[in-house]
Formats: sequence, C-alpha cells, structure tokens
Amino acid sequence: MALFLEFVIAGLLCIGLFAILGLVLVLMERKVSAYMQIRLGPNRVGPKGALQTLADTLKLLSKEGLTPRGADRFLFNLAPFVAMIGTMLLLAPIPFAKGFQLWDINIGVLYISAVSSLAVISILLAGWASNNKYSLLGAMRSGAQIVSYELSAGLSIIAIVVLTGSLSISDIIASQADGWWIFKGHLPVWIAFVTFIIAVTAETNRAPFDLAEAESELTAGFHTEYSGMKFALFFLAEYINIFIVCAIGAILFFGGWMPFHIGNWEGFNRIMDYIPSSVWFFGKTFFLIFVIMWFRWTFPRLRIDQLLNLEWKYLLPISMVNVLLITLVAILGWHF
Amino acid sequence: MGPASMIVLIISAVVFSAGAILLSRVLVQATPNPVKGEPYECGVPTIGKSWTQFNVGYYLFALIFLIFDVELIFLFPWAVVARQLEWLALVEILIFLFILFLGLLYAHRKGALRWV
Repeated sequence: MALFLEFVIAGLLCIGLFAILGLVLVLMERKVSAYMQIRLGPNRVGPKGALQTLADTLKLLSKEGLTPRGADRFLFNLAPFVAMIGTMLLLAPIPFAKGFQLWDINIGVLYISAVSSLAVISILLAGWASNNKYSLLGAMRSGAQIVSYELSAGLSIIAIVVLTGSLSISDIIASQADGWWIFKGHLPVWIAFVTFIIAVTAETNRAPFDLAEAESELTAGFHTEYSGMKFALFFLAEYINIFIVCAIGAILFFGGWMPFHIGNWEGFNRIMDYIPSSVWFFGKTFFLIFVIMWFRWTFPRLRIDQLLNLEWKYLLPISMVNVLLITLVAILGWHF
Repeated sequence: MGPASMIVLIISAVVFSAGAILLSRVLVQATPNPVKGEPYECGVPTIGKSWTQFNVGYYLFALIFLIFDVELIFLFPWAVVARQLEWLALVEILIFLFILFLGLLYAHRKGALRWV
C-alpha cells in the first residue's frame, strides 16, 4: 500500500511539473522574444502577464478537436500520446536536486539517448496520419533533421562519458565535485559543448533549425491539422523537451546540481554549498534554455540542404575527431 | 524507485493526455460541418491525393543515419572503459573511426550527402 502511494505521488509530481514547466516556459519564450524585439510582450493577464499561458490553456481547452476527413483516425489520435509518453519517460533519470531522482539507472545517459529518439516516431505518425501535404512534408523534414543531429549529440555525450568512465548520471555529476567539465576539460569539452548545443537546438526543432514548421512555408508542419487539446499536448511536449535537453546539457557540462567549486578554496566552496542544489540545477538549466531562445532571434533559418550539409559535412566529422582528442586528454590526464 | 518508475511515468503521461482531451470533449459541444473536415491548405481545396511521392533524399539520409547510429551504440561500452585501457583504447578507436570515416567519404563521393 505504501509502495502504491509512493507511485501515485511520483506520478502526480511529474504531472504537476509538466504543467508548471509548460506554463513557465511558454511565458518565458514570449517575454524573451518580446524584450529582444523591444516590445513588452504579454502584460494584461495577471501581474506583468504572468497568467497569460493559463488563459491560453483555458482557451485551447474550449476549442473543438477536429479530425480531418480521410485521416487515419487511430494513428492521428495516437500521435499526441506517443509524444507525451516519450517526453515523460525522459524525466526518470534526471536529478532535480541532490538525491532527488526517480530512478538512478546505471546506464542513464544511454537511456536518455534511446528514449529521446521516440520523439521522431510521434512526429512521423502525426505527419503521416493527418492526410495533409504540409504535414507530410513537415514530418519528413523533421525526421531527417532529428535523426541526423542525434549523431553529433550522441558523440558529444560520449566525449563526457570517456572522461568520467561511467554512464550513470549520478556518477557523472559526482565526477564534477571539484569543478565542472566545461572548466576542467580544456578545448575538447568546449567543442563537445558547442556541438551539443547546436545538435539539441536542431533536435527540438527550434529556430534556426525550425524548417519542419517554418511558418511561411508549411503553416505549422506536422501538427497543421491538430487543434484544441491535441495541439496543446504537442506544444507542451515540445517545450518540456527543450527543458530536458537543457537539463542534460547542464548535467554533462555544468555539473547538474553540483555547486560551483574551485579546487581547494575551502571557504569559498562552503559558501557555495549554502545555495540549495535545486537552485543550481534550475539556474543552469534555465540559463541554457535562455541561450536556445536567444539563438532563435539571432540566426536566420537554414535551408534543408544547408542544414544537412552542416551536420554531415561539418559537425559529424568534427565530433568524430573530437572523440579522439578527448581520449588523448583522458589518457594523458591533462584534465585537472 | 527503480524500473517501476518507467511504468509510473507512462501511466501518468497517458492519464494526463487522456484527461486533457476528455475534459475538452466534455466542455465543448462539437458542431460538425463538412468544410471543417477538409485538409487545411490555406483555404484552397486540395488537389489530388495527399499521400504523394516525396524526395528520395530523406531515405538516403535515414539509411546513412542507421549505420552511424549503430556505430554510436558500439562507442558507448568503449567509452566506459576507455580510461582503463589507456593507449589500447586510443588505437582501437582510431581504427574504428578511420573505417567509419572512409564510409562517410564513400557516401560523400557517391553523392548521397548531396541534396537534390
């Protein structure tokens, strides 16, 4: 009975986290883009527009969910569920604070790269089942893009695994107790970080890689035909995905919940330890999210051939060579 | 919580999505009408079938991806022991990546990486 209660509480916590993160991230996206364009952004509903997303959710709740004629009804309705399940499963190995983790799986990083490929399936399902040319094209583009960039994201994860010698996320964080990898690992870790952040921007279909739903060409890409709550679920899954990839970036390169420590400065380290570990985790994650939102208003959108060229002719060879470099660094013990 | 957390997460994802969709079903009175069911193509009626042929390039990239994804899986166990094996690991990965790199070069020369 106690076990059952634990499961129910964990499930409710995850659902609550989903809802709150969705509300916060959408508002953050709108506010960040507003300030980057010297606008005010949403500022009517609630203090400084803080309740805007809640109002939008209520609006979406009151919309009728349409299914287009000739669509594959079963797959059409299945796709949002697959998207949500794929995103929800990614929460399992993420430590939100010291010891606050659902499942400390010993192959955590592998689990994450495996489960995150589920996103492609939901996108292809949605695009195929919609009986719409825009959806199909958007899904195909998005599929090609996500699978391509998965490779360089995976290779930069491997770079960190070589340094730590463990796939478990708690081991990776523990190895950064005396300094984060971004500071300890010299140039190769920097290269790995840059390829990682480019790859995850592409994997989450964010601008400048948002040509799956490039508004001016394909209306809304794979979710053109979705409306009401089903659309909201896709939208939510997309934003939670951004949060999760940024959390993984923070874990791998910035030490997750590990406070900022410098070698043997006892006093300084102790002051840093006073800041709660969850604040460190969310601070780093939201910083990376801000960087990804910043990209959107900085770089122009790529064409599909440029996008694939960037991955296959530049990022993939670079990250392959980078794996060699990082092995050299790890063997010679050049990292601090 | 162990492996059971996967089941818990799947169930909560399904409950959340189904709950949201059912709630909007209950709240909203559906008003069906033939035009609403049309595929959305910016107001213009659809011409021909929607499940059309598309560029073969997507398949080519998917095929190359498969090869490199399997490579990635092989790299994970190697990465865990790389620091213990020391120089042996470096030699091994040099040979492995060299062969893969030849594959990438071959695909490039064959024009598989060129978007048509």
